[in-house]
Amino acid sequence: MPDLSVTPTVPAATAPQHTGSGAFPTADRQRRYWLLVGVLAALSVVIAVGIVSWNNPMPFGTEGFWRIAQMRATSLVVIALVVVCQAVATVSFQSATNNRIITPSIMGFESLYVALQTAAVFFLGSIGVTVFQGVTQFVVMIVLMVGFSLMLYGWLLSGKYGNLQVMLLVGIVLGGGLGSIATFMQRMLTPSEFDILTAKLFGSVSNADASYLPLAIPLCILSAGALWWRSRRLDVIALGKDVTTNLGLHHRREIMIVLFLVSVLMATTTALVGPMTFLGFLVATLAYQFASTHEHRYVFPVAILTGFVILGGAYFVLKNIFYAEGAVSIIIEAVGGSAFLFVILRKGRL
Amino acid sequence: MIEIKGLRKEYSSTVTIGDIDLTIPAGGITALVGPNGAGKSTMLTIVGRLLGADAGTIEIAGYDVSSTKSKDLAKIVSVLRQENHFVTRLTVRQLVGFGRFPHSQGRLNRADEEAISRAVEFFGLTDLEHRYLDQLSGGQRQRAYVAMVLCQDTDYILLDEPLNNLDMRHSVQMMKHLHQVAVELGRTVVVVLHDINFAGHYADRICAMKNGRVVEFGTPDEIMRDEVLTRVFDTPVTCVDGPNGRLAVYY
Repeated sequence: MPDLSVTPTVPAATAPQHTGSGAFPTADRQRRYWLLVGVLAALSVVIAVGIVSWNNPMPFGTEGFWRIAQMRATSLVVIALVVVCQAVATVSFQSATNNRIITPSIMGFESLYVALQTAAVFFLGSIGVTVFQGVTQFVVMIVLMVGFSLMLYGWLLSGKYGNLQVMLLVGIVLGGGLGSIATFMQRMLTPSEFDILTAKLFGSVSNADASYLPLAIPLCILSAGALWWRSRRLDVIALGKDVTTNLGLHHRREIMIVLFLVSVLMATTTALVGPMTFLGFLVATLAYQFASTHEHRYVFPVAILTGFVILGGAYFVLKNIFYAEGAVSIIIEAVGGSAFLFVILRKGRL
Repeated sequence: MIEIKGLRKEYSSTVTIGDIDLTIPAGGITALVGPNGAGKSTMLTIVGRLLGADAGTIEIAGYDVSSTKSKDLAKIVSVLRQENHFVTRLTVRQLVGFGRFPHSQGRLNRADEEAISRAVEFFGLTDLEHRYLDQLSGGQRQRAYVAMVLCQDTDYILLDEPLNNLDMRHSVQMMKHLHQVAVELGRTVVVVLHDINFAGHYADRICAMKNGRVVEFGTPDEIMRDEVLTRVFDTPVTCVDGPNGRLAVYY
């Protein structure tokens, strides 16, 4: 294992003296934060190394070993991408909507994905699964999902009665409606078609096609980077519309930008691996519990690393212990959900 | 100086605010008083650009509120709503630090830190500065919110019922603080008050509103009269000379 000594890299220029006005009220909290990041980073490295090299049939160092490792590294990249998308999108979305118990998944992204996949199988039969395979189709899927959400945000946030709560409600209702249509169509499928479809509808790392990555990686990096760059604005937006306006930010414009970036991230991850409703929520909530700060530039890394540990860990366990690398979302929802409840009930607040 | 001209806000055909024409001179404390639903808070939030108006113009220190960049206005006027609830968990010092956002865009420098310390100290919160807001009493929290607005360092400060939730002692302290802010720091404070006696004692000017219009505007001596207050509040009020000035008795 590589040397992973945890050295706090506190930037000296920004914090000459700990005053407590910044991200952490006390120097002790700050140390705890960097320790946490160190531990999570170490765990992530262990999991990454595990995924790549565990049970590799070839002896270490041979050409075959590296070839297998390289193939597995694709899964690793997919996991990292999904985690960055879900973590950054959910944390930002919760701040934009001032609500810590929702996730962008409920805004219809996943329902739209499920409805499209189901419709393809419904109308075209088993062959329909292949309709959404290929880079062009991947792009179409992302464009459809981003377009759907932009329509929703643009329409509901810019009108005279534009209101965040109404937008969320309409999003959830539309999502529910699409979900019902999909369920209805699934009822009419033959068992074999349904079986093929089901495999697509569980969020799964193996759904991802390596040929999507050249597109998915820049989309993810650009959007997540933009949100990272705006993290100080996000700190303010999280205080609500009135305070945001008072502090000189144009609230609606900021919200629209954040929601647009969130929708790109969510569309990318959903088109890549399918729905993972709970992952983002789990990761964001745990990140707030662990990080104990309100500043987004400190919450983001914890959320991403926590997500990597959860998703990577679930993938590793499923693949090497249960020999079922498919449905990671199942284990995330079962194990992650319990862990989540445990943390919340122990701490007693969100 | 805050200049309001032809301000209108229509909630429905029966509930309208305006037309309001009002000039609030710079300096001192101006209290907005009036019965419930008179439009005090609405007017204050429109002036603080938290709410859009349907007609009319508002100028603060010569800057038109609707056309001046929000970012620049944030250095001229600050506004605090009556109800404040954040999902974010913040300490007092972190909250007050947000008041510096218009100046440093979130990158606190040494001058910002000093301003934060001053604001925290001004409201007697130094011992509590690392406590989380959910660990404070209502009065302490209210002081923290006002400290944040003060830390914003604007010439104009608009407060919607800052005495809400405060007991006698803390109400008096808050008003004394605001008086200090107006006198020592030379700020213009506009504040919605429910207790006419607080307005009569601490304010330099009283603006009385009723049914969405400004019905009286003057010094406390001019407003603290039986017939004026009875008319404004629609309830019999008698003013008597108390030990520290005139008092309105209405119970």
